[in-house]
Amino acid sequence: MYEHLETAKNQTNLKRIVVDPVSRVEGHGKVTLLLDAENKVQQARLHIVEFRGFERFIQGRPYWELPVLVQRLCGICPVSHHLAAAKAIDQLVGVDPVNLPVAAEKLRRLLHFGQVFQSHALHFFHLSSPDLLFGFESEISKRSVIAVLGAYPDLGVQGVMMRKYGQEVIRMISGKRVHGTGAIAGGMNKSLTKAERDYLLKDIDQMIDWSVASVELIKKVHCSNLPYYDDFGTIRSNYLGLTKPNGALELYHGGLRAKNDKGETIIDHVDYCQYNDYIHEEVRSWTYMKFPYLLSLGKENGWYRVGPLARVNNCDFIDTPLAEAARVEFKAHSGEAMVHSTLAFHWARLIETLHCAESIKLLLNDPDILSHDLVAQGEKRYEGVGVVEAPRGTLFHHYQVDENDIVTKANLIVSTTSNNMAMNESVRQVAAEYLSGQELTEPLLNNLEVAIRAYDPCLSCATHAMGKMPLQLELINAEGQLIDKLVKHSNGDIERNIHD
Amino acid sequence: MSKTITIDGQIIPFEEGQTIMEAATEAGVYIPHLCHNPEFTPHGSCKLCTVNVNGRTCSACTFPAMEGQQILNDAKDINEDRKKITQMLFVEGNHFCPSCEKTGNCQLQAVAYHLNMLDDHFPLFYPHREMDASHAEVLIDHNRCIFCTLCVRASQQKDGKDVFAISGRGINKHLIVNAESGLLKDSELKATDQAAHVCPTGAILIKRTGYQIPIGERIYDHTQIDQVSLNSENLQHDN
Repeated sequence: MYEHLETAKNQTNLKRIVVDPVSRVEGHGKVTLLLDAENKVQQARLHIVEFRGFERFIQGRPYWELPVLVQRLCGICPVSHHLAAAKAIDQLVGVDPVNLPVAAEKLRRLLHFGQVFQSHALHFFHLSSPDLLFGFESEISKRSVIAVLGAYPDLGVQGVMMRKYGQEVIRMISGKRVHGTGAIAGGMNKSLTKAERDYLLKDIDQMIDWSVASVELIKKVHCSNLPYYDDFGTIRSNYLGLTKPNGALELYHGGLRAKNDKGETIIDHVDYCQYNDYIHEEVRSWTYMKFPYLLSLGKENGWYRVGPLARVNNCDFIDTPLAEAARVEFKAHSGEAMVHSTLAFHWARLIETLHCAESIKLLLNDPDILSHDLVAQGEKRYEGVGVVEAPRGTLFHHYQVDENDIVTKANLIVSTTSNNMAMNESVRQVAAEYLSGQELTEPLLNNLEVAIRAYDPCLSCATHAMGKMPLQLELINAEGQLIDKLVKHSNGDIERNIHD
Repeated sequence: MSKTITIDGQIIPFEEGQTIMEAATEAGVYIPHLCHNPEFTPHGSCKLCTVNVNGRTCSACTFPAMEGQQILNDAKDINEDRKKITQMLFVEGNHFCPSCEKTGNCQLQAVAYHLNMLDDHFPLFYPHREMDASHAEVLIDHNRCIFCTLCVRASQQKDGKDVFAISGRGINKHLIVNAESGLLKDSELKATDQAAHVCPTGAILIKRTGYQIPIGERIYDHTQIDQVSLNSENLQHDN
């Protein structure tokens, strides 16, 4: 591992290179490198420079606002936040997943498949395909979806249409492509009409065909340069995600499963309401993003990866035939129990895209989605935990409310947060193995972004370390002299008059 | 021959004792308003229904119709002033439409759309206002109160109670509850009272009902407030 590059031993006389902003990802982040006189990398970090703070400002709001309010965290995967919050507030009205009306659960699943489908299509075609089709160090004018549309018009249009289809699924169920309503405590606020269902059925076979072609494309890209793709940014890690009780790939509801780098089970079929017994988060001073870890393995070794690679690695099978065939081929290519290649995230992501398309077709042909039996009700509770597999990985929402229905406490562990350590490790791996010792040019630095992009991070979703970040306030006079200094440490201790 | 007034060049009959607002509504002419509700005594506080009567500025909801009045209503400068008033209502409270459960059913939001309000224009006050969630079935979110007094009037005139009042002056004006504790749970309010349903914004809400109406089926999803307001079938929503 490359953890020794998190902080340089001696920071004097080091040259600083900054990649700011990291582009073609959601949210704002930057990479900093510290190089010595021989351009050897001494320190490499991915910093998340924005701050959202949802965990704090949803306190004091009534719980039924949560699915609609919290989804504003993100414009790409709002449905995931909407559903995770909805699952949590189901519990606040006494409705466990088994008691959710069948129609409501199926509509939520359909909504979620539409969401993952459009998000994955967006990531692959709009954000990552320029790197994969033109090369990581291609000229800057080629590094956009516009260039893809120019050089591969059919593929570019296919990506746009796939994303549009997923968003249409969302619009039919939630009223809007982005930030609609839909899930309410104990169920859903509408079902599909026959006209809406038929509208979606019209194009689904085309979506499945295009998804199959996308899997073939990424397989070809990956395998045509196998040693490189299997090594670039690659790290060995633990993996976390939900699976069905029978071990199948699951995106909406299941038990937590974690495996180590050898494919050995760390936890399995864990009730996600007990997540706090298994997962903790660490705060570090140089980033707004926390570092989650598996409690049983500790801070040093307990970090894990989530998202498509983790899910496809962790599951025993996929319950739709075309995606399952693709999974078998995917797992076989590495010759190991787990696929560790960071660039294989793309391959796994497109297998999931295919699974979503197949699942959407199954659900659209299920008459339950037309039912009007949509809401259940139970005894009020004061705490709820909702977990879904968002496009970028396992997403935890945990709320407590008081007797007046007002949120008193919230904890969000957002998918990208779980990949924080892994993204930093991949950045350090690329910096150490592919950049160190070279004269760094702009195209060369894109390699760092390629490694980050593979994770499809949503940095804006994932920054909630409020109140725990160290702060330093300096008072400097007109001559530039330090007059006073106030430092707040991570543990809340405040020191004053500390002179350097 | 009935008496008439003229609004924007249109001759409109009225009966003795009618306000300009009443005569206009009956004739199918919309005058934007928030604090006016035909079921209650006019209050004239929101000033959104300001019209120009023979060169004078008046509130249409309180000013009596009189023979021969020449009234300007749907005029550019008047609508600009109405838009500014609406913008001021937005900035002096905390109105976050994207996540508000009243979105799509909110008269303040609908009138803002009607007046083509595209931004806040004025600096936001971000006042610190508390919620009163103490009542088992009704919630007050003071962030969204525009002091229209509809709840005050509904409680007094329809419910036969005296649950609400406006206290303080100017920027310190606020809605108060008639209970020793000041909390809604200790008041006489019932969820079935008209005062609990009359709020034109999301300030007084029935608990646990938010977002139950899907997007596309909300009052103002497909119809602008002028049509909703004039449509007698929708009068209950146009309080």
